[in-house]
Amino acid sequence: MRIRAQIGMVLNLDKCIGCHTCSVTCKNVWTSRDGVEYAWFNNVETKPGTGYPTDWENQKRWNGGWVRTKSGKLQPRQGAKWRILANIFANPDLPEIDDYYEPFDYDYDHLKSAPEMEAFPTARPRSKITGERIEKIEKGPNWEEILGGEFSKRSQDYNFEGVQKEIYGEYENTFMMYLPRLCEHCLNPACAASCPSGAIYKREEDGIVLIDQEKCRGWRMCVSGCPYKKVYYNWSTGKSEKCTLCYPRIESGNPTVCSETCVGRIRYLGVMLYDADRIETAANAPTEQELYDAQLGVFLDPNDPEVIAEARAQGIPEDWLRAAKASPIWKMAMEWKVAFPLHPEYRTLPMVWYIPPLSPIQNAAEAGKLGANGMPDVKSLRIPVRYLANMLTAGDEAPVVSALERMMAMRAYMRAKTVDGVIDEGIAARAGLSGRVIEEMYKVMALADYEDRFVIPTTHREQVENAYDIRTGEGFTDCNGCSTGMSKGSLFGKQKRPLNMAEAMK
Amino acid sequence: MHNFIFGIYPYIALSVLLIGSVARYERDPFTWKSSSSQLLRRRQLILGSILFHVGVLTIFVGHFFGLLTPLWLLEALHIPHEAKQILAMAVGGVAGVMALAGGAILIHRRLYDPRIRATSNPMDILILALLLVQITLGLSTIFVSAQHIDGTEMVKFMRWAQGIFTLDPNAASYTAGASPIFQAHIFLGLTIFILFPFSRLVHMLSAPVRYLWRPGYQIVRSRRTVPLAARPDASRPKAHRAAVRPAAKPAE
Repeated sequence: MRIRAQIGMVLNLDKCIGCHTCSVTCKNVWTSRDGVEYAWFNNVETKPGTGYPTDWENQKRWNGGWVRTKSGKLQPRQGAKWRILANIFANPDLPEIDDYYEPFDYDYDHLKSAPEMEAFPTARPRSKITGERIEKIEKGPNWEEILGGEFSKRSQDYNFEGVQKEIYGEYENTFMMYLPRLCEHCLNPACAASCPSGAIYKREEDGIVLIDQEKCRGWRMCVSGCPYKKVYYNWSTGKSEKCTLCYPRIESGNPTVCSETCVGRIRYLGVMLYDADRIETAANAPTEQELYDAQLGVFLDPNDPEVIAEARAQGIPEDWLRAAKASPIWKMAMEWKVAFPLHPEYRTLPMVWYIPPLSPIQNAAEAGKLGANGMPDVKSLRIPVRYLANMLTAGDEAPVVSALERMMAMRAYMRAKTVDGVIDEGIAARAGLSGRVIEEMYKVMALADYEDRFVIPTTHREQVENAYDIRTGEGFTDCNGCSTGMSKGSLFGKQKRPLNMAEAMK
Repeated sequence: MHNFIFGIYPYIALSVLLIGSVARYERDPFTWKSSSSQLLRRRQLILGSILFHVGVLTIFVGHFFGLLTPLWLLEALHIPHEAKQILAMAVGGVAGVMALAGGAILIHRRLYDPRIRATSNPMDILILALLLVQITLGLSTIFVSAQHIDGTEMVKFMRWAQGIFTLDPNAASYTAGASPIFQAHIFLGLTIFILFPFSRLVHMLSAPVRYLWRPGYQIVRSRRTVPLAARPDASRPKAHRAAVRPAAKPAE
């Protein structure tokens, strides 16, 4: 057993109002630079829709993620290592920037510099790549915002697999939901696996997946390797970039920018303990429907004394073990089973999980008739369960139905308690819960106080480096910046930046 | 002049190539990259890039072994110079045409595609243009070589190249009287050596063939001060285990 800790995230889609505050604050902090204008480390998609980049979920087209080969081996869908190297001169699976959108800005200056004219001056778009006029903007990072565009195009959505989708094109039956997306910081990242330079790595202490900008050579295999299309090639620097889970904030115990600024309080951050030795077996489960359960099997119970003792022996800090016990991620994913991984069938074991949204009941005829327990049947909800299952459990409906029932039970129980003044344990019991659990779910999921949403232990950097040595250094930079070069020693026989590391590790 | 170009210039070129590349790799690793522009425009790149790279790599291997295989080794293996020259002309000719065709597509794309033009720096265009001229010169030498198929001319260049690397003071004299096309080809080649560290060509030094031998797929970086004890079940196949490495640098 190799115990590692990971900062995981859960997004409660039941509460997402699609305001894009997460995307905008993320962009302002991380991608307001040349070459990544088109990149959104966090974006919010309206579903059903084909998303950003267009049709990203369709791995038959992009070959992202992993496959289990006929002989039962796990390998990137792009192909084995030699196959990936063979594509190095021209990568057939790489999206073009038009699959995202051509980045643009507006001629704002024209608004104040235009001469007197008959019509009001307008600010017309201009390409951020060529600087030339764009006559018509064809695409954007959320082109299908609030069901924009015709159903025939939006219904290309991969999650309609196995759903009779025609009726959802009718106005009366239409449904929608928001899906905020960021890097999944996977346990089995396909981007890292497909990087020929070995520049992408997962951090042992918090699970954050990063790209070493000094080792990246721009071979661009990670862009096609990531099935979520969350690695972006910076066309200006020639290096790939991705969501960093705001590691400078996480290290100091603060939530990521997207989580901190979420006005709907839908985002949760917490520690998950997992057994690194179980990753490969879990990712290589024989059928896709087993992958959700297989991933649950990778996580370790932070309250189990054996796990605690072993984690301590393997050097996981005490405050991380405490945080793991109080982790909202553990509660929602493992105890209440209301959160699910996004597209587990990509076999990357993603670590950003989603609580499926409830929705109004489908039609007026059923509006009056509630089920026996005062709750509508999950199957009569406007968003088809199969659609959610295709997104969150590789098509297995049972776990999604159970989660939705628990969320409805939480509402019914709390309504009975606060409106009718009745404690109805029956409601809780029918959803396999108890009144005490529902009260806790209500506190974490509905009230969602800051302290309940974010349980982030600080990183113990002081153990490996002397802060005095990095004084006056720069943070994130696009140029050589404070780089001291590749080698550790200097010409004059001294270490440039001493690491407080054991001799054996140097 | 001849002595400068063939006796001194090679050493200048090789020094700049070596010291410049090491310095850039060491001091500014962030700029070490392939500068792919495939994201901005896929059209023309797939065909152009594959033709160009396969052609150029073949030519590179050909030149490397063709020029630097010691003459005594060729004799020991009983490879007649004539056969070697015919092989060089045939393989080099095919690869040269591939590289020229691919390069022509690439330079057309670079000059006339608005996105690629706007995001190119002058060195990108210069180095591609020089490579195309160099390939053209190289292909023209085939016609010169056809005049003397016995391989004697080729041996002169082998002597010269090996003389440079063995610090032979008379190296320059071996190429005296060679066809001006050959002389121009060599001069331009050395000039490309000089530009190498300052251009995107450096990406060939980091051709990621090591990927094929990398244990497993995943890379995990650790900040541990003391390495973890080995697993008790060390019998698990090594290839499937992620390589856990200590942080090479304190950042991140």
